[in-house]
Amino acid sequence: MAEVFVVAGAANKLTYEMLTMARGLGEVSAVVLGAPGTADAIADKLSEYGAAKIYVGEDDALDAYLVAPKAEVLAALIGQHRPAAVLLPSTQEGKEIAARVAVSLDNGLLTDVVGLEADGTATQSIFAGGIVVKSQVTRGVPLVTVKPNSLTPEPAPAAGERVAVEVAVSDAAKLVTVSDRVTEAKGDRPELTEASVVVSGGRGVGSAEQFSVVEEFADLLGGAVGASRAATDAGFYPHKFQVGQTGSTVSPQLYVAAGISGAIQHRAGMQTSKTIVAVNKDDGAPIFEIADFGVVGDLFKVLPQAGEEIKKRRA
Amino acid sequence: MKIVVLVKQVPDSGLERHLSSDFTVDRASASNVISELDENAIEAAMALADAGQADEVTVLTVGPDHAVETIRKALSMGPDKAVHVQDDAIAGSCAVTTSAVLAAALGTLEYDLVLCATESTDGAVGGMAQMLGARLGVAAMTGARKLTVDGQKLTVERQTEDGHETLTASTPAVVSVWDSMNTPRYPSLKGIMAAKRKPVTTLSLSDLGLAPDTVGAAGATSKVVQAEPRPPRSAGQRITDEGEGGVALAEYLASQKFV
Ligand SMILES: Cc1cc2nc3c(=O)[nH]c(=O)nc-3n(C[C@H](O)[C@H](O)[C@H](O)COP(=O)(O)OP(=O)(O)OC[C@H]3O[C@@H](n4cnc5c(N)ncnc54)[C@H](O)[C@@H]3O)c2cc1C
Repeated sequence: MAEVFVVAGAANKLTYEMLTMARGLGEVSAVVLGAPGTADAIADKLSEYGAAKIYVGEDDALDAYLVAPKAEVLAALIGQHRPAAVLLPSTQEGKEIAARVAVSLDNGLLTDVVGLEADGTATQSIFAGGIVVKSQVTRGVPLVTVKPNSLTPEPAPAAGERVAVEVAVSDAAKLVTVSDRVTEAKGDRPELTEASVVVSGGRGVGSAEQFSVVEEFADLLGGAVGASRAATDAGFYPHKFQVGQTGSTVSPQLYVAAGISGAIQHRAGMQTSKTIVAVNKDDGAPIFEIADFGVVGDLFKVLPQAGEEIKKRRA
Repeated sequence: MKIVVLVKQVPDSGLERHLSSDFTVDRASASNVISELDENAIEAAMALADAGQADEVTVLTVGPDHAVETIRKALSMGPDKAVHVQDDAIAGSCAVTTSAVLAAALGTLEYDLVLCATESTDGAVGGMAQMLGARLGVAAMTGARKLTVDGQKLTVERQTEDGHETLTASTPAVVSVWDSMNTPRYPSLKGIMAAKRKPVTTLSLSDLGLAPDTVGAAGATSKVVQAEPRPPRSAGQRITDEGEGGVALAEYLASQKFV
């Protein structure tokens, strides 16, 4: 059976999604590239989700320099094994590695893939989600980056046999040093891209202080907090919570948009949510065109009142 | 320091966009604009020029005849001159082959720093900076929200999934920027007038020593084989708050089992 590579940087939902997706194309081999110890931390999970083999390339250089060393090792491995496809996470790092591999192997590249057929045909959603396309790599192996929340991961225990990969990093791959990595405290709310409820605020929230209205409503529903670009640009809320074309794509069961007009670029990040609720004082706001339930009104009245009512119902 | 800023003409991302019958981006009937994030790259270049850290800013684009509108727009923000790679054979290129054209064009220019957007708003592949870094053998840093230049030393700060990180490299380098880095300036009337007189050099594939069959649809490394519009979402129920809107919202959420 053909071998399919899944480049796995962490034991997280996206990795399990990729391992699940890859099974449709052949026997799954995970590829772990990082500092010594990286594979130990995640190997069990990789086999639980279907990795028959785990190629392990570990060297401090893989983490000390930006992506180029990982791309070199991966390109060599692809050349050696000619897998039926190579899946990487559609994260900044995954896309960067894929871009370098594509150039060095003169190979096609498909990014933000949400589905992959047995013959390597990939499904992508383009133009802010307005069009769904199927694409194929016409030169080289299908090299695809997979967008989070594309499918529901399912375990399928496999052997997870470890195969050591030799790491030889050229000087040309050592041009960018990662001099500092800072992990920011997560807080108690669920992860934005994984939450089943997201409550987002826009320019209409008016200030950083007033974002507490959005936060309180999110907490009441056990949700994550998101924001429009107008809100993050204005400094009302940190950029990492931005939803939309240049922020995160979310697809929760419930998305509440408060004080957000619903520009195409915002909708790009939330329009596949199961249920959309909008609170906006302008009855012509485009967000209402896609809302399952819309309240034309002042968010500072509507959200707190809804919150009180929810508490009353729970009491 | 000499800076080259990469720009691309794209269909306006704020409007409805289409594919042509051959599944390439419909540029002919679209309302074309500068890919919005490129303005952040130009702003980054002009901020360095304003601070006396750059003495020449060149705009480089690959695109059809009408991409010259985008060049003028870019120049109106302050850059000195532009290079336009225009050749009918380039139409339908994928990101990988476009990077070969851009790399060849950069080979004809002097640069210490190449600035571009992290992704275009049409293809949105997000790989150009790394593709060019790999082709040119220079440092490539992606997704900058902050860029500091100290002589030949470049420091980039960027957001990561779980926080942020700092990258360092020396020139020459390619740096792609994110829209959180800055707020692009509006061109002044003077800038718009001046842009009309700034030099624009046009290069063809043969000027770059590239064979036509290595680019365009012929040389593309991937292709779209099918396209369907996503079924539009329809609007549901809408109420106007007359004092009880919050209660109605809570009732709706309860009816949908969210409460
Ligand atoms: C390349 C590019 C990428 C982009 N990427 C993104 C992205 O990732 N995410 C994103 O969100 N945007 C993005 N944008 C920006 C997008 O075009 C819009 O400008 C932005 O989404 C607007 O945010 P907003 O809805 O909060 O603000 P506005 O459009 O100003 O809307 C504010 C809304 O709040 C309402 N309002 C005001 N006060 C109240 C109140 N008291 N109660 C109720 N309602 C109130 C108003 O009626 C209005 O509808 C991008 C743009 C470009 C060009």
